[in-house]
Amino acid sequence: MRKTIVFTIVAFAFAMMFSPLAFSARKTIIKIGINAPLTGDIPKVGEGTKYAALMWLEDIEKAGGLEVGDKKYDVELVMEDNESKAESAVKANTKMITQDDVLAIIGPQSSKQAIPAGEVANKYKTVMISPWSTNPSTTLDRPFVFRGCFLDPFQGPVVANFITDEFGFTKAAVLYDVASDYPKGLAEVFKQAWEKKHGAGSVVAYESFTTKDTDFSSQLTTIVKSGAQVLFTPQYYNEVPLIVKQAKELGWEGPIVGSDSWGSAETVELCGEACYGLFFSTHYAAAGAKGATKAFIDRYKETYGYIPDDVAALTWDALQLAQLSIQNAGKITGKIEVDRVAVRDALAQVKDFDGITGKMTFTEEGDPIKCAVIVKINDRGEYEFYKSSCP
Amino acid sequence: MESLIELSQYILQNLINAAQRGSFYAVISIGYSMVYGVLMLFNFAHGDIFMVGTYIGFGIATLFLAIFAGFLPGPLIFISTVVVTMFLASLIGVFVEVAGYRPLRNAPRASAAITGLMIGIIFETGILILLGAKRLSFPPLMESVTYHVGGIYVTNIKILIIIISLLLMLALHAFIQKTKWGMAMRAMSYDFLAVPLMGVSINIIAPLTFAVGAGLASVAGILYGQAYPILDPYMGVIIGWKAFVAAILGGRGSIKGAALAGYLLGFIEIFVATIFPSTLRDLIAYSIILVILTFRPRGFFGMEHSTKLRL
Repeated sequence: MRKTIVFTIVAFAFAMMFSPLAFSARKTIIKIGINAPLTGDIPKVGEGTKYAALMWLEDIEKAGGLEVGDKKYDVELVMEDNESKAESAVKANTKMITQDDVLAIIGPQSSKQAIPAGEVANKYKTVMISPWSTNPSTTLDRPFVFRGCFLDPFQGPVVANFITDEFGFTKAAVLYDVASDYPKGLAEVFKQAWEKKHGAGSVVAYESFTTKDTDFSSQLTTIVKSGAQVLFTPQYYNEVPLIVKQAKELGWEGPIVGSDSWGSAETVELCGEACYGLFFSTHYAAAGAKGATKAFIDRYKETYGYIPDDVAALTWDALQLAQLSIQNAGKITGKIEVDRVAVRDALAQVKDFDGITGKMTFTEEGDPIKCAVIVKINDRGEYEFYKSSCP
Repeated sequence: MESLIELSQYILQNLINAAQRGSFYAVISIGYSMVYGVLMLFNFAHGDIFMVGTYIGFGIATLFLAIFAGFLPGPLIFISTVVVTMFLASLIGVFVEVAGYRPLRNAPRASAAITGLMIGIIFETGILILLGAKRLSFPPLMESVTYHVGGIYVTNIKILIIIISLLLMLALHAFIQKTKWGMAMRAMSYDFLAVPLMGVSINIIAPLTFAVGAGLASVAGILYGQAYPILDPYMGVIIGWKAFVAAILGGRGSIKGAALAGYLLGFIEIFVATIFPSTLRDLIAYSIILVILTFRPRGFFGMEHSTKLRL
C-alpha cells in the first residue's frame, strides 16, 4: 500500500518535471489567453473570436515574434472554451492565470460570462479585455478589466442624436421587451436622451411587450395613433421582422430604428425586403468599410470564406490593444506578476488608439470612448456603413 | 366629433387585431377540449403538436412553392398545403395517442398529464436537434395586401385567418353533430364506461380525437406562419398554455366554450394592452380571467358531472 503511494508521488513528480508547465516560467514566451464560447449557445461568436485571434497570431509569427523593448518574444495563444457558460468562463480564466501564466486575457464575449470572469482576472491582477461585453458591471470598479466596445446605454443618446440630425423629428415612439435587460435598459436611456433634447412628453408612445410575444398589434396601433414620427425598437433578430411587418400592416409609414442587437445576419434573412432602408446603431459595418477595416474584412473573408461580424472585428481590436500595451510596457521582466501590472498600466494610458472599429481612448473605468456606426440596411439587404455618430 | 370618429376607428382596429389573435387561441384550445371530452385528461403536448404542425406546414409549403410556383395558382397551392399538412399532422396526433397516452390509459390521471409534458419536451428538443436553433422564416403563401378602409388597416391575410378559423370550427361542429363518428365521440364523452360496451372502441375514438385536434392545430400553424412568420421550437409553449387557459375558461370538454373563450382571451389581451400600460398586459389580463373563474369555476359551458372526475 505504502509502496503504491510513494510510487504515485514519484511518478507524479516526474510527470510535473517534464510537463510544459514546469518550463514555462523559465522560457519567456508571451502567452495570451483567449476565453471564447467555442461550443454552447453561441458557437458562431466563439468561431469569430478564434479566427480573429489566429489571424493576429499569424501576423506576429510573420514578424518573427512580438517586439518588446528591442527583444523579440515568441507568442503563444492559450485558447479555452467557456461553453457559453458563466461557470466555465470563470474556470477558464482561473486556469489560464494560475496554470498557464498568461500575460493578458481576451474575452469572454458575452456579459453573462464576462462579468463573473472579470472578477477573477481582477483578483489575480491580470489584464482582461472583453471585446464584446456591453454591460457596465463588467469593468465597474475593476482596474484590470477593460472592454473593446461601447456600453449599452451609450447607444441611446447616439440614436437620439442621429434621428434628430438626420430627419429633424421631434416625436418618437419606443417599443421594447420589458422582460429582457438589454432592450429595457436601452429603451429607458433612449427615452431620457430624447426627452432631454425635445422636452418632456416628446416620446409620445412608450409601449412594451414580454419575451416570446409574437403579436404586437395593440401596441403598434397605439403607436400609429400617437402621431410619432419614428419608432425606436432595440430588439433582437427574432422580433424585429415581426415588429416591422406588423407595423407596416397597421399603417406605419415612418422610419424604424434599432440598436446593435439588430446586427445579426439573420435579421435580414428573416425579415426580407420589409427591413430594407431601416437604420440601426452598431459597433462596425462590413459593407462600405474603408482603410484598415476593409483590409481586415477582405483578409478574413479570403481565409475563412465569410464576412466577419462585429465580434471578430472587436476581438481583432482587443488583440491589437493588448499588443500595443505589452509593447508600451517597455520590457518583459519574466516575473509574470510584475509584467501583468506593467501591461495594465500601459493599457490604461492608451490614447486615440486607431482600431478598425473606431478610435478609442479609455476612461478610468476601462471603457473606451468611441463613436458608434449607424448602419443602413441597403436594397440588397446588406448592412452598409451610413455614418458615424458620436455621443 | 372628429375625436369620436378617431376613437371608434381605434377601437375597430383593435377589434380586428383581437379577432386575429383570438382565432389562434380558439382553434388551438378546441384541441384541448376535444381530448378532454373523450379521455378526461388534458393533452399538455397540444401546444407542441401545434408547433410540430407549423413546422410540417413550413416544410410542405416550401416544397410546394418550389415545385408548383409558376404554373399553379396561389390559392390552389395554399389549399393543397393545408390539406397535406393536416393529414400529416393528424398522423402526429395519432402517434401521440398511441405511443404516449394509450399505455397509460389506466394509470393515474396525473401520470397521463405528465406524459403530455414529456412528449412536448421530446418534440421541442427533437426539432431542435433536427433543424438546429436557427429561426426559420415561414414562406408567404400569398402576397400580403393591406387595405386602408375608413382609417382602419386590414390585410388580406388577417381576413383569411379569421374566415378560415370560423369555417374550421363550423366544419368541426358539423362533424361532431352530424356524423356517426361525431356521435361516437359525443357518446364517449358522456359515458366512457358504457359506450365501449356498445361496440364503440375507445382505441378508435381516442386516436381520431387526437388526429382531429392535431389537424386543426396544424392549420392554425400555417395561418400563424402567415401572420407571424418566424418559427422556433419553443413557439408552442406560451400559445399552448394560453389556449389551455381558454379551454378551462370555456368549460372543460366544451368545444363551443373553448372557441368562445379563445376569442375572449384575444380580446382581453389586446384591449388590456390598449387601455392600460402594455407593461401590465398579462398581469391584468390573467387577473381578469382569475376573477371570471372565481365566479364561474366550471367555465362558461362546463358540464355538471365534471366535478366528480379525477383531474
